[in-house]
Amino acid sequence: MPSIRRAGASAPPSAFRPTRLAMNRGICPKIPEAMVLRAGRKPGGKAEALAPRKNTFVSCLLLLAFAASAAAPKELRFSIAGDPKSFDPLHLEESNSQTLRDLTAGVLVKVNRVSGQLEPDLAETWEIKDGGRTIVFHLRAGLAFSDGTALTSADIVRTLNRALDPKEASPAGDTFRSADGPPEVHASGPRDVTIRYKSPKANLDRLFDQLGIPPVSFPPASPGKLQASAGPFFVSEYHPGDYVRLARNPHYWKRDSAGHALPYLDSIRVDIQQNHDIELARFLRGESQIINHLDPESFDRVAKEKPGAARNLGASLDNEFLWFNEAPAKTLPDWKRQWFTSAAFRQAISGAIHRDDLVRIVYRGHAHPAAGPISTANKFWFNAALKPRAGDPAAALKSLAAEGFALRDGVLRDRAGHPVEFSIVTNSGNRPRERMAQLIQDDLLKIGIRVNVVPLEMSSLLDRVYKSHDYDAAILGFENVEIDPVEEMNFWLCGSAQHPWWPAEKTPATPWEARIDELELKQASEGSRDLRKKYMDEMQRIVEEQEPIIYLVNPDYLCAVAPSVRGAQPSVAPPQLFWNIEWLRLE
Amino acid sequence: MIWIRRVAWAVLIPIVALGIFAPLIAPYSYDRQFRDDAGAAPSHRFPMGTDEIGRDRFSRLVYATRVSVLLAPAAAMASILLALAISGLLKYGRSAFTTVCLSLPWLFLFIILRAELPLNTGPAVSVALTFGLMGVAGWAWPARVFTASIGEMKQSGWLMQARAAGVSGWRIATIYAWPHLRSIALAQFRVLVPAYILSEASLGLLGLGVPDPLPSWGNLLRDLQHPEVVRSNPWVLAPLGLLMLVMLCLELLHSRCEVAL
Repeated sequence: MPSIRRAGASAPPSAFRPTRLAMNRGICPKIPEAMVLRAGRKPGGKAEALAPRKNTFVSCLLLLAFAASAAAPKELRFSIAGDPKSFDPLHLEESNSQTLRDLTAGVLVKVNRVSGQLEPDLAETWEIKDGGRTIVFHLRAGLAFSDGTALTSADIVRTLNRALDPKEASPAGDTFRSADGPPEVHASGPRDVTIRYKSPKANLDRLFDQLGIPPVSFPPASPGKLQASAGPFFVSEYHPGDYVRLARNPHYWKRDSAGHALPYLDSIRVDIQQNHDIELARFLRGESQIINHLDPESFDRVAKEKPGAARNLGASLDNEFLWFNEAPAKTLPDWKRQWFTSAAFRQAISGAIHRDDLVRIVYRGHAHPAAGPISTANKFWFNAALKPRAGDPAAALKSLAAEGFALRDGVLRDRAGHPVEFSIVTNSGNRPRERMAQLIQDDLLKIGIRVNVVPLEMSSLLDRVYKSHDYDAAILGFENVEIDPVEEMNFWLCGSAQHPWWPAEKTPATPWEARIDELELKQASEGSRDLRKKYMDEMQRIVEEQEPIIYLVNPDYLCAVAPSVRGAQPSVAPPQLFWNIEWLRLE
Repeated sequence: MIWIRRVAWAVLIPIVALGIFAPLIAPYSYDRQFRDDAGAAPSHRFPMGTDEIGRDRFSRLVYATRVSVLLAPAAAMASILLALAISGLLKYGRSAFTTVCLSLPWLFLFIILRAELPLNTGPAVSVALTFGLMGVAGWAWPARVFTASIGEMKQSGWLMQARAAGVSGWRIATIYAWPHLRSIALAQFRVLVPAYILSEASLGLLGLGVPDPLPSWGNLLRDLQHPEVVRSNPWVLAPLGLLMLVMLCLELLHSRCEVAL
């Protein structure tokens, strides 16, 4: 019966499951003969009569498969590493909540992660006025949340005011504040919103890509009730520790060119799975269709076992780096602090590290040696004049000798005779970082420096870095969620609590730190993109010269997409695979 | 069933010899990185292949055997001596003290103590501290047995007679009591050695055992957390095999001793 097999094979595998179950339980319905004949027709040929008893079973199976195929909901399945801490788009403090926001929240404008262009979303049009001080959004007509309530300019005003309210302490609000205080926000009509700053605000329109608009009823009155949303999906079920189910928003505004309402998928099941090996095994068994982040080993395994599914988009926006503790701390002897605050010492350490080996061995070639604070993947903002340092222990020793260090009996000593020895902390369980530390340990041993690698639990590590300052050097990474460098200001400004080499440094200790502060503040209040680029180029050059942060590698963005998923256009910019979730289809 | 003991010794002695003569047996240093051969499959040059950063797995296994097999008995010895001293010194409320110590969550205290070590502690000091802490933490189990045995001894006629004859406490302990306690100490030692080998392996899995690059069975077993590594090179199971073999042999020797006693 070749024609029947062919017809069956064209249905999705999941379509067969209910059929088999039905047969096993003896509840297979009687199939009308005409339907059986249609199912048995060869392409372009005559209808083939099926032997009544023998073929009834197969026909029953086939028709149920068709029926199931037609009725089967198109549910995408993937995993996140833990429970979301919040469903409130204004209180996203970890990646799991952020992923759910990316799938559910409606935004005024959306950055196309492939072209980099800003596209209209809830706002049909917008205008920037007063030299970058004011932005006016004009909303689409007939917008509604997933529960059917209308979405108006009042919702935008309320959301932005809530984000800016100091009592809310919303991380989303930080993006919209400026040095001159919060902006003035008001609804200039049922579909028009005006936001006015006292001075020009950099990247003004693109900021709104990150502001999810929740309904007025948020937070929901009853604790068990899940909120509505204005994005392509809304949270329909949440089973803590197990899964979150997102259902299609029937009131979503977007349609495809043929006029079909988006999204194409009926639902998404987001499994909560901390173990990446289980996540990978499920993907390889076909039980899930997407892995948004793959480590190099898992990527190679997917590439081997499901060749079409593994995708490498080249260097990501993320970077991995090492830095020395330059903060005055009781636990840090003065002579050690002198090494760490010396640019020549930092440059020598950086020059002794073989970044090519980190890429080849730790990342199996799925990374690029880093040249500076901005990844080469960030084509506009990266300063193309910067080049990664090549590992050269002889040159490193030479520059250390010029600073008074001397290699005696295989041990490097400073002017006072102290052996150069320090520890590198990193977060335990992060294999690439632990391995990078081990390779760096070996690289530095070649110039007489003894390094102790200490993997620490993340919270203990952060306590040491940001509170007690009880550490020598650390290796961590930075996951960039934004292409625009304005988002990294809390990392670079001296007064910031997240300033790594000296958190909450009251005043810049050196002229180059003062210059970085100045450039950061200037680019944040400048409307001209080209002028901002000029400031950022200079800032990158200073970081390359002084190396307060020793950049190591930019890991590649690796993900997996099952061949059954159509419409995926992964990008290196977060949310890499989910930015066009409404266009994803399952076949 | 003397042959079982012989087999156990025949297996155990070469493993201990492997540890003792590690520098002579291992073809390379445990921390030498062959970066061009990272993750290499077993070959003539690297009999068990190399790890992910190019270190020879066989050399690391040999040195790990030295750390795990030689230091666990040292820690067990420390526990026994401490238990004997405490059992002998404490006259009143000893069982209560021992019970309190037995009920302490030693693993968590151990984790806290290990986390509080200065970051610049070198691998050798760190290893000594790891096994030293194990030795100190493990005194309460043998102490309970010693306390019970000493309690029984105090009621015995020969001890009363010795006291009545004016024999000194030190002489009673060394000449009269020790022969009675020796077999108990030996049995406790045999129980503690495998327990400490396993504890080090468990701490190594948590990243709290012997620090890299110094190898131990515990930190080599961390590779088993990643199934793809096991799939690509089954030799990563070798430390587990050695651990099981040593445990089995110690168990056989221990059970035969119990029968003999």
